[in-house]
Amino acid sequence: MTAVRCVDLCKTYIQGDTEIKALDHLSIDVDAGGFVCLSSPSGGGKTTLLNAIGGLDIPDSGEVWIEGERIDTKSKGQLAELRLRKIGFVFQAYNLIPVLTARENVEFVMQVQGVPAAERGELAINVLKEVGLAGLEDRRPAQMSGGQQQRVAVARAVVSRPALILADEPTANLDSKTSDGLMDLFSELNSAHNTTFIIATHDQRVMAHIPRLIRMLDGRIVDDIQQHAP
Amino acid sequence: MVFSNVLLVFMMSLQFGMYGLMVDNGLKAFTGHIQIQAPAYVDDQKMRQTVPDVVTLAESLREQLQSDFVSARAQTFVLASSKDRSYGVAIIGVEPKFEPVVSSIPGLVKEGRFLKSNDATEIVIGKTLAKNLRIGLGDELTLLGSGLDGSFAAAVVNVVGIFDSGVEDLDRSIAEIPLGLFQDIFYMQGAGHQVVITAPNIDLVPELMARVQALVPEDEKHVIHDWNRLQPGLKQAIQADMSSSFAMYAILVILVAFSVLNTQLMSVLERTREFGIVMALGLKPGRLGRLVILETMLMGLMGVVLGAIVGAIVTYYFTVYGLSLPGMDEMAAQFNLPARMYPQISIATLLAGPMIVFLFSLLASLYPALRLRWLHPVEAMRAA
Repeated sequence: MTAVRCVDLCKTYIQGDTEIKALDHLSIDVDAGGFVCLSSPSGGGKTTLLNAIGGLDIPDSGEVWIEGERIDTKSKGQLAELRLRKIGFVFQAYNLIPVLTARENVEFVMQVQGVPAAERGELAINVLKEVGLAGLEDRRPAQMSGGQQQRVAVARAVVSRPALILADEPTANLDSKTSDGLMDLFSELNSAHNTTFIIATHDQRVMAHIPRLIRMLDGRIVDDIQQHAP
Repeated sequence: MVFSNVLLVFMMSLQFGMYGLMVDNGLKAFTGHIQIQAPAYVDDQKMRQTVPDVVTLAESLREQLQSDFVSARAQTFVLASSKDRSYGVAIIGVEPKFEPVVSSIPGLVKEGRFLKSNDATEIVIGKTLAKNLRIGLGDELTLLGSGLDGSFAAAVVNVVGIFDSGVEDLDRSIAEIPLGLFQDIFYMQGAGHQVVITAPNIDLVPELMARVQALVPEDEKHVIHDWNRLQPGLKQAIQADMSSSFAMYAILVILVAFSVLNTQLMSVLERTREFGIVMALGLKPGRLGRLVILETMLMGLMGVVLGAIVGAIVTYYFTVYGLSLPGMDEMAAQFNLPARMYPQISIATLLAGPMIVFLFSLLASLYPALRLRWLHPVEAMRAA
């Protein structure tokens, strides 16, 4: 089954007098349970593609399908609902809510989904334990290191078991050891729950870790390699 | 918001307290709260529009109401002449014993004394009239007019008191003589023009009115009017004052609404990044907008509750101890009025202002809430 299908996507930004083609007639398919790395130099279009797949940004033309459902024609509210139910995000800047504790940040999505308090509390504790943050549940983001915050962000993305996780430069602010640990965690979640991962990065160590590597340049796919079996 | 609510509670209570005082003092000066008159007298104050046996009627009411706040009167216009000058004057026949409890004029006699006997040939006049006629205490005044039967009526009376109400109209054009003397001079044959009744306070007027109506059924000889009918100008003055005050309150409410709008707008702008994050995670813009409105609602409710509580405490203090402004004591003493103003606290004065502030605050939060509909999660997450 195809988890993500992008057909002939175009997205152009205007910066001053310059027209930047972030996506240039780009098409890809990602199967359910796929583990894909998007790689490009800065400005190559990988973040724009992730945003288009996640419904955070609408392409100028082309189609985006998630699990057989076309999303680029949906309203803001419908896209929010889709992200809530099907997609988990891991951002480069973590994007945790600073006034909430680690556990509350992880619970947030489930709270919006309407999961009862006791159930979501237990799930949050378990998933924080799973990402190696047992005992740090009541710390706020400011009281945690970059690696710990990124793990909270991962826990928040996976806790409601979304079909698709989109990660934008998840290791950019992490040291190599923490980065390896995070990639191992992604691999475990991918194999254990058949979660589809699309990870945008230009970190060579991350690229080496991921079975399918898609290289992008100026909004186009220049290479799509199956490096090794998942 | 709390401060404005306290201010609204206090100002509205004080305003209604002042209206009470205005009505009370305005009516106590002369009109009273209720009058029994001949049916056409209120619109056409002619000598012949009389209430028969007016003193007997007043006595009977005092007995049945078990209240001394009832007094009979008669009234006509005469030419009052001193040795040097003559002026047209409204001459009022009053019961010397009971007039002081229904009118403040006896208390305003600054020179001499008020009337004592029901038949004595004495008169109390206003300060301006005394000045115009160039007379003083002990001087004689000649009254010339028409009797009830149309005959010529005349009398010579001694000035025993001069009152100073501070109201130029009253001081210039009114004089009071004993009712017995009035009835003799003007051949009234026991008749008069009004029975004046006052209630302990303005709120008890409807109840007193009902009791009087039960005791004195309205017929071709008697009608009963309350102060609204007797002094429509007083109510109109209050309504005019209320309109201007409400314009001031409206400005205050609009200022509060703008400050809430500013606060909420700033609070939304400051949290743009957080709002971008939660929208990216799946919170719908509409739900986020409702959260902002709910936040304002909770803030507003807190403002209403705290404003009403603090406002009630502050206002209650002044309902007990009163409020006196500089210079008010002297002015009040001059007009025989209380020296202090007392706010009138009620559910309406406690909650009306804060509730309106609350509603306007909610309205003011709509714009910041609606702005969230146009928020773009990706751009919002880039906000500092």
